[in-house]
Amino acid sequence: MNVTAIKELLYKMADDLLIIGHRNSEWTGLGPILEEDIAFSSMAQDKIGQAGALFEILHELGEGDPDTVAFMRDANKMHCSQFVELPNGEYDFSIMRHFLFDHADQLRFEMLANSSFEPLAQVAKKIKGELKYHVFHANTWLVKLGNGSEESKARMQTALNESWNYALGMFEAGDFEKELQSENIFEGEEALKTRWMANITPFIEKANLKIPDTKSWEPILGGRKGYHTEYLQQLVEEMGEVFRLDPTAQW
Amino acid sequence: MITEKEIWTALEVVKDPEIPTLSMVDMGIITKVEVRGESNVYVEMTPTFTGCPALKMMENMVADRLKEIGIETIEVKTTFDTPWNSNKLTERGLLCLKKHGLAPPPKHEGEITMELLEHCICPHCGSINTEMKTPFGPTLCRSMHYCHDCLQAFEQFKPVV
Repeated sequence: MNVTAIKELLYKMADDLLIIGHRNSEWTGLGPILEEDIAFSSMAQDKIGQAGALFEILHELGEGDPDTVAFMRDANKMHCSQFVELPNGEYDFSIMRHFLFDHADQLRFEMLANSSFEPLAQVAKKIKGELKYHVFHANTWLVKLGNGSEESKARMQTALNESWNYALGMFEAGDFEKELQSENIFEGEEALKTRWMANITPFIEKANLKIPDTKSWEPILGGRKGYHTEYLQQLVEEMGEVFRLDPTAQW
Repeated sequence: MITEKEIWTALEVVKDPEIPTLSMVDMGIITKVEVRGESNVYVEMTPTFTGCPALKMMENMVADRLKEIGIETIEVKTTFDTPWNSNKLTERGLLCLKKHGLAPPPKHEGEITMELLEHCICPHCGSINTEMKTPFGPTLCRSMHYCHDCLQAFEQFKPVV
């Protein structure tokens, strides 16, 4: 097994979940209706728990203690895509990102449920079932808001346009795509992107929204390699603020 | 020497911290019991949801129960070797949920569909004239529903694959 390749894969997945989980938690107490407040809070809890399970596998592969790894790194040591670190903005953007990210993540875990790297396959089997609910939630709101008032339609289309190149950046190739494929660990980002397009397109059509013209597609890359927007460092500092006060404290 | 069967029986009194009518054994989250020697027991658990915050507490509750019956060397470990899904709830577990006012999860065939979620049987009146309000409830494992016949809100223990 190519441990370096596995670690790279695990880090980017864990960081995506940790950061989107944190962003989801920012809706706690602020959701537009109580049910939505609970939904984003529940998804935050799921995602941070799922990140924890992946950090645990990394720990077993010789990386640091999960809490320390999660809370003590600076932004340039993180491998999340830039998409997940963007501020929540308004509800339209949050729902759109939720839709585009969760479809990709659920497919990623479905693919990994067949991974030859057994510890990851086991966790993936569990997580893909949990993410079902996240995807249901996203689909419901995408279709509802896309077919709602003139304002909600316009807002969802703008959110889709603004999200699109960031969303494509989720599929930034890693350094070990070939190794992961040849060892049947993961089919790779390109295969994932193809499945993702096939999955999201019918829902976008049902929501009467339009995927931006292919001519304007320019994936925003760099996140997987540690290049981030200004928002990530702020987020990381806030997220780890209490932990950093006393990293040895017992909770 | 204590048998594995006796350990399983002893663990039946350890209840879910959120649902006091339901034991962890009936919930299906205790996946392995091994007697490793004289007064030496190993237990494996698996979470209902990866992010379940009660996990550490439940591990401790299992260990405390084993101490109570006189086991000296105890190891409780959480693994994903046999991941939980809602079909793992025992028949008695399903009844316990109902007694607590929660709709039990319907058996699934490895796939969760919107239809399966919508047609939830009301735990109060048995009607299927119900509607899912949101798949996210007060804990990760519950969704929220409304019954159009008895006009009451209720929660379901979610089906999970």
